[in-house]
Amino acid sequence: MGKTLFEKVWDSHIVDSVESEQEILYIDRHFIHEVTSPQAFEGIRRRGIGLFRKNKIVATADHNVPTKDQHLPIKDVLSKLQVDTLIQNCKDFGIDLYGLGHPYQGIVHVIGPELGITKPGMTIVCGDSHTSTHGAFGAIAFGIGTSQVEQVMATQCLLLERPKTMRITINGELDRGVSSKDIILYIISKLSTAGGTGYFVEYAGFAITSLSMEARMTICNMSIEMGARGGMIAPDAITFEYIKGRDFAPDGAALEEAVKYWKTLYSDEDACFDKEYTFEAESIPPMITYGTNPGMGIGIDETIPKNDSDSFKKSLKYMNLEAGTYLLNKKIDHVFIGSCTNSRIEDLRIVAEYVKGKQKADHVKAMIVPGSKQVEKQAREEGIHQVLADAGFELREPGCSACLGMNEDKIPDGEYCVSTSNRNFEGRQGPGARTMLVSPLTAAIIAIEGKIVDTRNFVNKIATA
Amino acid sequence: MEKFKTLTSTIIPLANEDIDTDQIIPARFLKSTTREGFGKNLFRDWRFDSEGDLKEDFILNDPSYSGSILVAGKNFGCGSSREHAAWALYDFGFRAIVSSYFADIFKGNALNNGLLPVQVSDAFLETIFELVKQDKNTTLKIELIDQQISISETKNTEKFNINAYKKTCLLNGYDDIDYLISKKSQIEQFEQTHKEF
Repeated sequence: MGKTLFEKVWDSHIVDSVESEQEILYIDRHFIHEVTSPQAFEGIRRRGIGLFRKNKIVATADHNVPTKDQHLPIKDVLSKLQVDTLIQNCKDFGIDLYGLGHPYQGIVHVIGPELGITKPGMTIVCGDSHTSTHGAFGAIAFGIGTSQVEQVMATQCLLLERPKTMRITINGELDRGVSSKDIILYIISKLSTAGGTGYFVEYAGFAITSLSMEARMTICNMSIEMGARGGMIAPDAITFEYIKGRDFAPDGAALEEAVKYWKTLYSDEDACFDKEYTFEAESIPPMITYGTNPGMGIGIDETIPKNDSDSFKKSLKYMNLEAGTYLLNKKIDHVFIGSCTNSRIEDLRIVAEYVKGKQKADHVKAMIVPGSKQVEKQAREEGIHQVLADAGFELREPGCSACLGMNEDKIPDGEYCVSTSNRNFEGRQGPGARTMLVSPLTAAIIAIEGKIVDTRNFVNKIATA
Repeated sequence: MEKFKTLTSTIIPLANEDIDTDQIIPARFLKSTTREGFGKNLFRDWRFDSEGDLKEDFILNDPSYSGSILVAGKNFGCGSSREHAAWALYDFGFRAIVSSYFADIFKGNALNNGLLPVQVSDAFLETIFELVKQDKNTTLKIELIDQQISISETKNTEKFNINAYKKTCLLNGYDDIDYLISKKSQIEQFEQTHKEF
């Protein structure tokens, strides 16, 4: 019997299978950031051991950095301590750090791919659940807790139970105004936030393989929102083309050799998955969430479903919304475009293309936070920054920002924010904040209209991301 | 890590489903560089209002409920990988969480910190919620060696699953790092032939 893409990559990283179904998995690349690493460094020091392979660790500061005046010292005392601790730890242990002020700085899941560090067939971990993003390259990538960060620092390995495999196939072509963010919100709305628990997902089908790398990353990024450990897409010509020429990518003969191997990374025809789902792209509308978890999503022109469970009612009460009503025409206070889900250059291009020559609605506060210094630089070079500024958007510097409300970028209590991020949990964007997840295109249109509208009525062509 | 063998305790029921790690500990309280002290911000925005005053209608603020076992609705711990969620629960005084479903990363984090996630059937969970409604002193007994959870008052019992290796770790207070470090020469040997492209 053939192997799935997941099995091919996983099996090539098994150091040993030990008792009781645990396997020792070798990790090729370990990304770290300021929030989930300090306690791991502390553990390494306490044990009196060094790092096993420091050259396999890459660090950046993203979760807890200000997105304004990054050239100045951080004002928040605790944030400063956390960022300074990362700087000191990287110095003490000899780790490459792309911190504030470095041209490579940015959200960890944006910089890995754009620098060519993320490659097909790798195992990649980070103390962040959205590490699944890197799976878009055909890598096994997943989020880990801080104890595991310490394990990888100490041994470059993790002790894991092998996850089950799931394939989600999306056939056909997307409707105009529908993008990869809508695909993943649609899938999660069908499977629920726990539908993927215990599984590693492979996304397949024409609607997936026809996507750009940026769009594929958006899909894999949110795999965790259905409970899956990670998501992956078989690498192809689009993948190889994206990697070619990036700062840390192989070139010449090394690239040729790598591509030869990467081309073997796909699920064999006779491979067997533990679970399979198939959806038709034509049935996916522009999506929006109405509740307090990413599974609570509907087509933007649909009504909020009815449900008698207490958790559901509590969720709608928090959102101040009623079952059976439409979201269309609802007034919106904030638009946030950013996060590891949608802050790449392609996302900014889509927003800029739509808002060019238009003005945001007066009452809307619209904020754009690029995923990295490289994205920011490219946006400037392409004139995107100016287009966005002219349309009334506030342009910030790279970081996780209002996706998780850890720094000062928060949505005020009770206000509605249409957001391109990944989580609409209670208080995620600030205490009392009401988050609605959408695609960058939908967010751009809502920023201009000031209320929820049907994306399809505002675009004439098919969006590609 | 502290050993876990048997735990008998009254419970705190929190029937909400899909309790995510942002509820367990909001991101703005993750700014510490140590593992200690997260308990004071456990369920921060459910326990306190914006002025920092206790919300009386939240169960953790009701003195008639107490205990070191949290019983929660299904899919507990979804969302972020923050181990701070497990640290906060432990620091607050919980030693076991009972639910009918756990999110993967949270479950792993809990096990790595001596906090036992006990997955029970929907029916068993419902029974606990019903009983505690009638009697706040409802007591659960969790026996790790036998992988068994029982309700003291009714003698209802259920077996639960746990990975055998993780069980040994909890019973003895071992962690994964000690084990992995003991495999170092094997890992180095693997590196000899492992090619990264």
